[in-house]
Amino acid sequence: MEKFKNVMSRPVPLNSAHVDTDQIIPKQFLKRIERTGFGQFLFFDWRFNDDGSPNEKFILNDLRFKNSEILLAQENFGCGSSREHAPWALRDYGFKVIISSSFADILYNNCFKNCILPLVLNEKDLEYLFESTLNFNDYMLNIDLEKNLLADNKGFKIYFDIDSFRKKCLLEGLDDISLTLEHSEKIDMYEKKL
Amino acid sequence: MAPLTLFEKIWKNHVVHEEKGKPSLLYIDLHLVHEVTSPQAFEGLRQAGRQVRRKDKTFATMDHNVPTIDRYNIKDPISLQQIETLSSNCKEFDIELFDLNSPYQGIVHVIGPEQGLTRPGQTIVCGDSHTSTHGAFGALAFGIGTSEVEHVLSTQCLWQNKPKTFEVRVDGKRQSGVTAKDIILSIIGEIGTAGATGYVIEYTGEAIRSLSMEQRMTICNMSIEGGARAGMISPDETTINYLKERPRIKNIENLEQLINEWRNLASDEGSEFDKKLILNADKMAPQVSWGTSPGMVSGIDSKIPNPNDIEDSVKRKSTEDALSYMGLKPDTCIEDIKIDTVFIGSCTNGRLEDLIAASKVIQGNKVPSNINAIVVPGSQIVKIKAEQLGIDKIFKDAGFDWRESGCSMCLAMNPDKLSPGERCASTSNRNFEGRQGKGGRTHLVSPVMAAAAAINGRFTDIRSLDLDLGDY
Repeated sequence: MEKFKNVMSRPVPLNSAHVDTDQIIPKQFLKRIERTGFGQFLFFDWRFNDDGSPNEKFILNDLRFKNSEILLAQENFGCGSSREHAPWALRDYGFKVIISSSFADILYNNCFKNCILPLVLNEKDLEYLFESTLNFNDYMLNIDLEKNLLADNKGFKIYFDIDSFRKKCLLEGLDDISLTLEHSEKIDMYEKKL
Repeated sequence: MAPLTLFEKIWKNHVVHEEKGKPSLLYIDLHLVHEVTSPQAFEGLRQAGRQVRRKDKTFATMDHNVPTIDRYNIKDPISLQQIETLSSNCKEFDIELFDLNSPYQGIVHVIGPEQGLTRPGQTIVCGDSHTSTHGAFGALAFGIGTSEVEHVLSTQCLWQNKPKTFEVRVDGKRQSGVTAKDIILSIIGEIGTAGATGYVIEYTGEAIRSLSMEQRMTICNMSIEGGARAGMISPDETTINYLKERPRIKNIENLEQLINEWRNLASDEGSEFDKKLILNADKMAPQVSWGTSPGMVSGIDSKIPNPNDIEDSVKRKSTEDALSYMGLKPDTCIEDIKIDTVFIGSCTNGRLEDLIAASKVIQGNKVPSNINAIVVPGSQIVKIKAEQLGIDKIFKDAGFDWRESGCSMCLAMNPDKLSPGERCASTSNRNFEGRQGKGGRTHLVSPVMAAAAAINGRFTDIRSLDLDLGDY
């Protein structure tokens, strides 16, 4: 897997709670048999009008946040279906970090498998990020995973919590299956008892 | 020994490797596979030159893309490609497949229990969030992503952080017409769609114990809609009676011993949970969802909430957005909502008891001509058994379409879908925007409530019809 590097970007503020994976990638795009090319379908029903033109009211189409690598969302991001097409689409579109006050379980897990850092912040800090990125046109956020550091260009700085094992996997781009195969003997032993 | 919960017993029995500060490596007893979330996993195996470690613990079926009118005539070329890809992958990796020609084909969470693949004490995974269904048998069952599907195919194990435990106790006795679906919708309404994130729920209490296996599956199925990693119910005589006649179980040599082991899995007296919620079924009303998440739900005898009454700004905005999408006005009586379409089916409510109960409501009635109503059995076995009982005839006489098994309109990956603005009384599990088709408006209800809505063209309190629904 690709290694996670520092991210510096103006975050895009998606002011919705309980964004489900059916919105992140609608079901008509789940039929591909590849892992790639899903970015064009990200938030499809919100991003595009019925005639295929971009929905200008949707925040991802706001030019101020073009090419952003950090997505801000309200609580319980990624609930619903287990489809890994959701993080495939998010990553392929260009997002490397998603920040919310909480994530749904399966999507949270799936992010780590796809070199996306899902960051949980408290509501106050999240609110600050939402306001700042809307208020300052030069707003930039820096995420340094090695140091657990989130800092902006306005003097705001916090150290975030992240599971140390998951952090290591992201930074080193470790492949889960290879890690597991190091324990092959233990799996063999377990199976002998069955 | 300290008393343990069902979850703790299963977890302990499946840890292959653990280290402080890391997730545990868990052994997986049963891996179910379907066509949508597996192609990239098989491709990953091929690229790395890896094999499927335990073919005997891996089973596949096709359900999401399957047309329910003419199943052999898949017009969408991409759907067809997914179906064919699963067939060729199962052939290449030598995995048992319940394909469109199999008399046992059906929705993955219907056929696992039906065949007796699902058993108490197992760890069960599938690339599908409704895998929680299998927890009804006292298994630890949860949905995984495609990377994890590949991981399980290749290693038969999974890295998991240990979730916390949550007891949801439902005391009391349901009124007639209040079903398992209404219990689980009430629970989600109470805790919210993220209320159980990070937890495994065990459902306990008199109102749960009195449910049949099929109804217990409805409860566990929707655990994920409350954010839970899994939902489970301790095995008891109801579980054992259901399982001992199943095709893959009835001929097991030491079945009696196995059954005793199942009995011992139930949570011990005095075992403790990290979190607890107690509800009472006595006062529960049949539920109808009015918004765009399964937590946005009310009793049939109440009104749609008014966003102006909500203090929390994020919650208020969610409610406003939901009502705008659903085309509903605040303070409308639920019974005044008219519907266009009725869908009875899905892994939540597409089993035989669901169809029997709905048919009792339909019997002798007609669906108005402006309403489109379909019934989609959860599996070919459900379909055949229902036809043997003459249930198909009751539905057809009333004006329902009687279909072949599959996921159908639950997620609109096949030809069954809603048009923009079309309003549906649905027995499925998700009312997200566009879930049943772009612009479609979904109201989640029980099969008997869906049936009553089909006849009256609007939501109707099933209790007012005064029908004998037996134990359903």
